[in-house]
Amino acid sequence: MIRLDQVTKIYPDGTEAVNEVSLEVGEGELCVLLGPSGCGKTTTMKVINRIIPITKGKIYIDGTDTTKIDEDELRRNIGYAIQEIGLFPHMTVGQNIQVVPALKGWPKDKRSERAEELLELVGMNSAEFMNKYPSELSGGQRQRVGVARALGADPPILLMDEPFGAIDPITRVRLQDEFLKIEQEIKKTIIFVTHDIYEAIKMGDKIALMNEGRLVQYDTPSNLLFKPKNEFVEQFVGADRALKGLQLIRVKELMTGTPPLAKADERVVTVQARMEREGVDCLAVVDNEGKFLGWVDRVNVGKGETVRDIINRSVATATANAVLSEALSLMLSSGFKTLAIVDGINKLEGVLSFDAIQLALSEVAQRRGSE
Amino acid sequence: MRRQVVLITILAILIGLTVWITSLDKIGIYDVFSWSDLLSDARAHLKMVLIAEVIATSIAVPLAILVTRPGLKRLATPVIFGANVGQTLPSLAVIAIMAPLLGFGLQSAIVALCIYGLLPILRNSYAGINNIEPAIIEAGRGMGMTIGQIARKIELPLALPVIMAGIRISTVITVGTAELAVLVGGKGLGRITFTGVLARQPLLILQGAAPTAAMAIILGFILERIEKWMTPRGLQLKAGIS
Ligand SMILES: Nc1ncnc2c1ncn2[C@@H]1O[C@H](COP(=O)(O)OP(=O)(O)O)[C@@H](O)[C@H]1O
Ligand SMILES: [Mg+2]
Repeated sequence: MIRLDQVTKIYPDGTEAVNEVSLEVGEGELCVLLGPSGCGKTTTMKVINRIIPITKGKIYIDGTDTTKIDEDELRRNIGYAIQEIGLFPHMTVGQNIQVVPALKGWPKDKRSERAEELLELVGMNSAEFMNKYPSELSGGQRQRVGVARALGADPPILLMDEPFGAIDPITRVRLQDEFLKIEQEIKKTIIFVTHDIYEAIKMGDKIALMNEGRLVQYDTPSNLLFKPKNEFVEQFVGADRALKGLQLIRVKELMTGTPPLAKADERVVTVQARMEREGVDCLAVVDNEGKFLGWVDRVNVGKGETVRDIINRSVATATANAVLSEALSLMLSSGFKTLAIVDGINKLEGVLSFDAIQLALSEVAQRRGSE
Repeated sequence: MRRQVVLITILAILIGLTVWITSLDKIGIYDVFSWSDLLSDARAHLKMVLIAEVIATSIAVPLAILVTRPGLKRLATPVIFGANVGQTLPSLAVIAIMAPLLGFGLQSAIVALCIYGLLPILRNSYAGINNIEPAIIEAGRGMGMTIGQIARKIELPLALPVIMAGIRISTVITVGTAELAVLVGGKGLGRITFTGVLARQPLLILQGAAPTAAMAIILGFILERIEKWMTPRGLQLKAGIS
C-alpha cells in the first residue's frame, strides 16, 4: 500500500531529518511512527503526501511512484490531520469537514450528509455543532473535528501527526479508545505519529521506532516490547516492559488465529486423537457457522460418547482487541488456562493460551537475566 | 460606544461651523465661499481621495499577496522598507515633487496621494496575510488545495479585516493630505483653506478645514462599518465582538 524506499530528507540548512528509511505499510494497517522528539517522525509522515519534498529515495503508493502523481490530486486522496489541527477559523465545523469533498466536486447535499455522518462518528452531535465555529469549541472537540475533516472524502490513507497531543490525559485516553473503534469501522491505511510509547502500543498494528532520523526497529507492538532489537529500543520502551505489555498489548497479537477445532457431533475418540496429535489439552468447539460453543477438555474424555456430552460451556470469552491483562484476569477467574477469542457475533477468531502470554513475558525476563 | 458619542459630537460641531461660516456674508474684506463653491470643492476632494484610494488599494493588496508567496518572501523586506521610506517623506514634499515630474493638474495630485496612501494598506495587508497561523495554510496544502485556492479561500478572507483597517487608515490620512493637492493644480477643499491662509483669516481657513475633517470622520465611520461587516463571523467570535 505505502512503501518508503531508502527515503532521505536533508533540510536546506543541512539537518539530516530522515536517513535512508525503508518502510512498508500494508493495506488497512495502522503504522505508528514512534521516537523521541526531533527524531524525524513528522518529516517521515509529511514526505508521504509531499508536503515535504524528499532529498533521496522513492515513495510508492499502491505501487505508483508518488512523484508521478499530481501533488494536489495525491493529497486529496490522503487524509491529513496535523499536530496543530489547523482548522479554518472563518469556516464552520461543517464547512471545515467539507473542504476536501468540495475540492473533489461532490454535490452539496452529499457533502453535508457526509459531514453530519462524520461528526457523529467522532462522537459529536451534528445538529449542535455543524454551524459552530472552531473558536467556540474546546480543545478536545477541535481534535475530533480535525480527525473528521481528515476523513472528509473517505480517503483510503490517513496521515495523523500526534492527533491527540495537545489535550488533557483523560480526554486523550477517551479519544484513543474512540478512535480505535472508528478505525475498525473505517479500515484505512494509517500513519500515526506519536512520541508516547503507551499510545503507540495501544494504537499500532506495527510500530516504526525511529532515532536520529533512522529506523531502529519496525515491528509489532509485542515484538517491540518483548524482543527489543538493541539497547536503544530497550531503553525507549522502558524497564517495565512486562507490565506495559500486559496493559497495552492486544490479544490478537498473541492469539493463535487458526487453532485446531472440534465439532459438537464428533466422536470423543476422534477428538482425543486430534488433541494428541496437536499436543494440546483442550479444543475449542464450534458450530457449522464457526460460532464458539465451548471447550472439550482432555480430562473429561472418559465421560461421554460425543463431544456434545462432555462440552464445557461455562467459560468466558474475550475480543481480539482486549488487552492481555484483561485476558489474563478472565483466565484466572474462570480457572481455565485457554481463552476463546470471538468477534461481535460470537464467531471464533482464535484462542489465547496462558502459556503464550507466559512465553512472551519470559523472553523479557531472559533478556534481563542475560544483561 | 463612548468613542462614537465623541465622534458624533465633533462631527456636529464641524458641520455646524461650516454651515455658520458659509451663511456669513463677508469675513473682513473677503467674501466667504458660496454653498455651491463649497459643495463642488467637497465633491472634487472626495473624488480625488476615492480615486487615489482605489489605485493605492489595487497596487498595495496584490503587492502584499505577491511578497507573501513562499518563493518571493525575500522581496518582502525591501518592498516594505521602500513603502516605509515613502511614508517618512513629508507629504508636502511628495506632492511638491510631483509637479515638476508630471506637470500641474489632477494627475500629479492623485499620484502623490497614491504614493502616500499606499503604505498603510501595504503594511496591513502584509501583516494580515503573513500573520495567519502557518498550520492553517499547511492544513490547506495538505488537503490538496492549490496555491490559488489557498489565497482566495483562506488567506484573503482571514486577512480581509486587517486589510480593510489599512484602507480605512489610509483613507482618513489621505482626506487630510488631499488639502495640499491645490498646490500642484488639483482641486478640492484645499482651495478654500489656502485662500484663508493667504488672507490670514482663521474663519476662512475653517471654512475649508472643518468640512475636510468632517469628511475624514464620515469616511472613517463608513469604512469601519464595512470592515465589521466583512469580518468573517468565526473571527468576530474570537475577538469577542459578536
Ligand atoms: N523546516 C525545517 N528546517 C530545518 N530543520 C528542520 C525542519 N523541520 C524539522 N527540522 C529538523 O529535523 C529534525 C526532525 O524533525 P521532525 O521530523 O519534526 O521530528 P519529530 O516529529 O520526530 O519531532 C529535527 O532535528 C528538526 O529540528
Ligand atoms: Mg513532530
